[in-house]
Amino acid sequence: MALGLESASALSSTARNAKVIASNAARDKRRNVLIDAISRPLSIIAFFVAWLAITLFNNNVHQMYNPMLIPTPIEVVEAIIRMAQSGDLFNDIVASMYRVFMGFLFAAVIGVAAGVGISKSRALSNVIEPLIEMFRPIPSLAFLPMLILWFGIGETSKIVFVAYAAFYPILSATILGMMQIDPVLIRAAQSMGASKRDIFLHVELPAVSPSIFSGLKLGFATSFFVIVAAEYVAATSGLGYEISNSRTYFDIPTMIAAAAVIGALGYLINVALTALERRLLRWNPKYNGN
Amino acid sequence: MTVAVDNVTKIYTSGMVALERVCVDIEDGTFVSLLGPSGCGKSTLLNMIAGFVDKTEGRIQVDGVDVAGPSGERGMVFQEYALFPWLTAIDNVAFGPRINGVGRDERRELAERYLRMVGLQDHAKKYPYELSGGMKQRVSIARALANKPSILLMDEPFGALDAHTREIMQDELLEIWAQEKKTVIFVTHSVSEAVFLSDRVVLMEANPGRVEHIFDIDLPRPRDRSSDGFAAIERDIHRRMRHR
Repeated sequence: MALGLESASALSSTARNAKVIASNAARDKRRNVLIDAISRPLSIIAFFVAWLAITLFNNNVHQMYNPMLIPTPIEVVEAIIRMAQSGDLFNDIVASMYRVFMGFLFAAVIGVAAGVGISKSRALSNVIEPLIEMFRPIPSLAFLPMLILWFGIGETSKIVFVAYAAFYPILSATILGMMQIDPVLIRAAQSMGASKRDIFLHVELPAVSPSIFSGLKLGFATSFFVIVAAEYVAATSGLGYEISNSRTYFDIPTMIAAAAVIGALGYLINVALTALERRLLRWNPKYNGN
Repeated sequence: MTVAVDNVTKIYTSGMVALERVCVDIEDGTFVSLLGPSGCGKSTLLNMIAGFVDKTEGRIQVDGVDVAGPSGERGMVFQEYALFPWLTAIDNVAFGPRINGVGRDERRELAERYLRMVGLQDHAKKYPYELSGGMKQRVSIARALANKPSILLMDEPFGALDAHTREIMQDELLEIWAQEKKTVIFVTHSVSEAVFLSDRVVLMEANPGRVEHIFDIDLPRPRDRSSDGFAAIERDIHRRMRHR
């Protein structure tokens, strides 16, 4: 009886200990979250404060450089508001995003199809891969002036350019993903009577989808990156055009404003893509904190 | 379904003789283990029966028909589970019926039945990464069975599990086998696992891979791992292994 009581109390003390440990862990986690929430925005806040302080000091106390060269953050915000009110902001965003999405779409379709084809067919790989390897090291920007001569300064040249630049990361990720498919999954499907077509549709495509998604994200980032350059050279609209056009008027606040809008758009789209990725690939332990 | 392995030799391009003139006959509905050390070619033989690996010489027939490649009638359970990570447990089990054109309602019912058979009806909606090793292997067995193969091939299916889970899985497998009455070919390197499960144990040896001896296990079922008869057979097999 005494023994029974003792072991019962030992048990409850173990349970109590477990509870204490769990609640400590939860408290540590909460504290870490709090520390992160406070410390992470610090550098960004410091950056804007420093920017404001330096420009205000330069403009009002002691001039160290021509105030036109570095506007205050307030002037940049004013420039954004001005662009928004005139309707330029909306038009520029639409123009740039149209080119990015169209180019990206072509790159995605062609990149994934070529990646799968190269992985599946030795003949295709022998024919196409050397060609791709020849062109890959040439920065895509090198082709931009030629593309403008070939396709004019309309939308086509920019869409082709974006598609070309975004094609490579999508292609590479697809080929890599196809190579990494676990062969035992294919055997498992075969031993259930799967045909080649079944294996492609129901094993290889889902198995390669995380790699394709990383490739698409990378390709999208590339599209975003190159569209600005394309709009410097040959465009009459778009955020890149806005930057290069403002340069001729020495309108630095607008140049910074356009760059900031590009950054914000890129960030938001990446957040959306990551959320989509987590949703579509929720079976992947990578997205579940393991 | 009967399986006839007749004078099968497998020589890899490296010159390594994986199997030399192996003969095994497996009767319908029996539980046969391929037992042996690593390198004896037991997994190679299983993969040849499955149709994944070509033979160099000899003949493998299932019900009198030559094995020409993998087929749904020879279902395989792998040591590494080989579950499709993008499908939930129930969708994994329904995979075979789905690609073989079984209708939505019917395959759902089928998958539920086999998940229940392995005791995982409450985990149907979980993805493989959310399951323990033992649970994954149960799903994998259910998936193979739901496709209604006539032969179940098992390649060291419990090799990655801890000893306790392993014994539970052995008991469950025998219960399922008693219900399903399928021919089972089971690869293992554990003598006691082979003796506990099998009607016949094919003992293999390495360098070159070959059949050393075939033991008929006459112990009544259910078997007691600690009985004298069990120990005697284990001893026989061990003696035969050490003899070499």
